[in-house]
Amino acid sequence: MTKNLLEIQALRKRYGSVEVLKGVDCTMQQGEVISIIGSSGSGKTTMLRCINMLEDFQGGRILIDGEPIGYEERNGVRVRKSEKEIARQRALTGMAFQQFNLFPHMTAASNVMLGLIKVKKMARDEARSVAEKWLERVGLGQRADHYPGQLSGGQQQRVAIARAIAMNPRLMLFDEVTSALDPELVGEVLQVIKDLAADGMSMLLVTHEMRFAFEVSSRVIFMNQGVIGEEGDPKVMFLKPQTERLAEFLKTSSFA
Amino acid sequence: MGYTLNFSAVWRSFDQLLWGLLLSLELAIGAILIGAVIGLVTAFGLISKSGWARRPAALYVTVIRNLPILVLILFSYFALPQMGVRLGKIESFVATLAIYSGAYLAEVFRAGLLSIPNGLKEAGLAIGLTPMQIRTSIVIPLMFRNVLPSLSSTLISLFKDTSLAAAIAVPELTFEARKINVETFRVVETWIVASCLYVATCTVLAALMRMVERRLVISR
Ligand SMILES: Nc1ncnc2c1ncn2[C@@H]1O[C@H](COP(=O)(O)OP(=O)(O)O)[C@@H](O)[C@H]1O
Ligand SMILES: [Mg+2]
Repeated sequence: MTKNLLEIQALRKRYGSVEVLKGVDCTMQQGEVISIIGSSGSGKTTMLRCINMLEDFQGGRILIDGEPIGYEERNGVRVRKSEKEIARQRALTGMAFQQFNLFPHMTAASNVMLGLIKVKKMARDEARSVAEKWLERVGLGQRADHYPGQLSGGQQQRVAIARAIAMNPRLMLFDEVTSALDPELVGEVLQVIKDLAADGMSMLLVTHEMRFAFEVSSRVIFMNQGVIGEEGDPKVMFLKPQTERLAEFLKTSSFA
Repeated sequence: MGYTLNFSAVWRSFDQLLWGLLLSLELAIGAILIGAVIGLVTAFGLISKSGWARRPAALYVTVIRNLPILVLILFSYFALPQMGVRLGKIESFVATLAIYSGAYLAEVFRAGLLSIPNGLKEAGLAIGLTPMQIRTSIVIPLMFRNVLPSLSSTLISLFKDTSLAAAIAVPELTFEARKINVETFRVVETWIVASCLYVATCTVLAALMRMVERRLVISR
C-alpha cells in the first residue's frame, strides 16, 4: 500500500455558529494534481486554509505523510500544537494566494530568500542562489532585484509561486491564483503551474479556469455546500458529470 | 524706535549658541530613539488581545497625554529625587522626553500596525515563519515606512520641545541664548539669532527626513 501524502478525515470547520465544512474526506498520493472546483462560498478556500492551519478547525483530522496537522491528542483531549510546531508544519505545504501577498518592502529575490534564511536557516549566499534558480524557473531571472511595485500582476504572482516552491514543500496549495489578474496575464501563470505539475509537484488547486483544470489535473474535486459533491477523473467529471449539482455548476462555468 | 541692531556681541558668543544647538539635537535624537522603543512596545500592548498587556499600555498613554510636558519635566527633576530616583539634568530630561514621546508614538505605531494587510502576515505564516519572525521581518519594517511622515514631524516637535530643558538649566540652545541675553544685553539680536537657528535646523531636519522617506518609499 502506498502511503498517502495527504489525508483529510471528516474535516469540520465553523465560523462562529456557521458550519462551512461539514465533513470533508479526501486522500491524495504524491505527485497528484487535484483541482478543486465549485461555486463561490462552497468552502474551497477554507479547506486549503485548514490544510496549512491558517484557520483552526473544530472536527476531523488532516494528515501529511501520516503526521497530524495542527492538533494532537493529550490524555484523550484534542489540543492545538505550539505555534513553533505549527510553523514547522506549515512549511510542509506551500501556498499561493489570489492577492499574491508579496512583501512590498523586499525585492523579488528577498521575498524568496526570507523563508530560506529564517526557516531553513540557509546562509545568505546559498539562499540567494536558490532564489535566483527559482526566479529563473518562473521566467523572472532578470527581475530578481525588482520590487513588487515594479512588477506586473502576472510577474508578482510568479514570484509568489517561486517564494512558496523554493521552500521545497511536500505539497503546493493554489487558491485561485489567476482570479485577480488581467486576462492577458493569466496564461503566463498557468504555464508556470503546468511546468511544476510536469515536474511531479503534488498540488491542490482551487480554480475557475475549467479548461486548465481539465488539462492539468489527475483528479477533480467538486465542492458543494461544505462537502465534496463529486470527485473523479477530469474526463468523467467534465464530460459526464454524475450529479445534477455538478452538471448545473458546469453549465454556469466557463468550460465549453 | 531708539534700538539699533548690533550683532557683534552675539557673534562673539556664537559658538556657545552652536554648542547649545548641538546639545538640543542630541537631546531630541536621544529622546526619539528611546521613545520609539517605548512606543513600539506600548503599541503592541495596545493592540494585544490580552487585557494584561492592553490595560497598562492604555493607562500610560492616557496619563502622559493629559499632562503638560513642563510639569513632567519639573516632576522628574525635582520630585523624583525626593522619592529616591536621582538622575543628572540631562539624563532626567532625555528620559522624560522619551516617556513623553513614547505615548504619542504608541498611538502612531498602533495605527501603523493595524494598517498592515492581513494577507502579508498569512503569506509569512504560509512559508513557516513564526509570529515573532513575522513581526520583526515584515510587520515592523512596513509599519515604520508607513509612519515615517509622522515620525519626522514628531522629531521636529521634540527638537522644539528641548527648549523646555532651559527650565532645569540644561545648557541647550534656549538656555545659552538666555545667558548671552543677560550677559550682553543685546536682547533682540540674541533672540533673532536663536530663532533663526531653530528655524534653520527644523528645515534641515525636515529635508533630511524627506530624503529618508523618498529612499524607503514603497512603490506600488
Ligand atoms: N473569516 C470568515 N468569517 C466568517 N465566515 C467566513 C469567513 N471566511 C469564509 N466564510 C464563509 O465560509 C463559506 C466558505 O467560504 P470560502 O471557503 O471562502 O468559499 P470558496 O472559496 O469556495 O468561495 C462562505 O459562506 C463564507 O461566507
Ligand atoms: Mg475562495
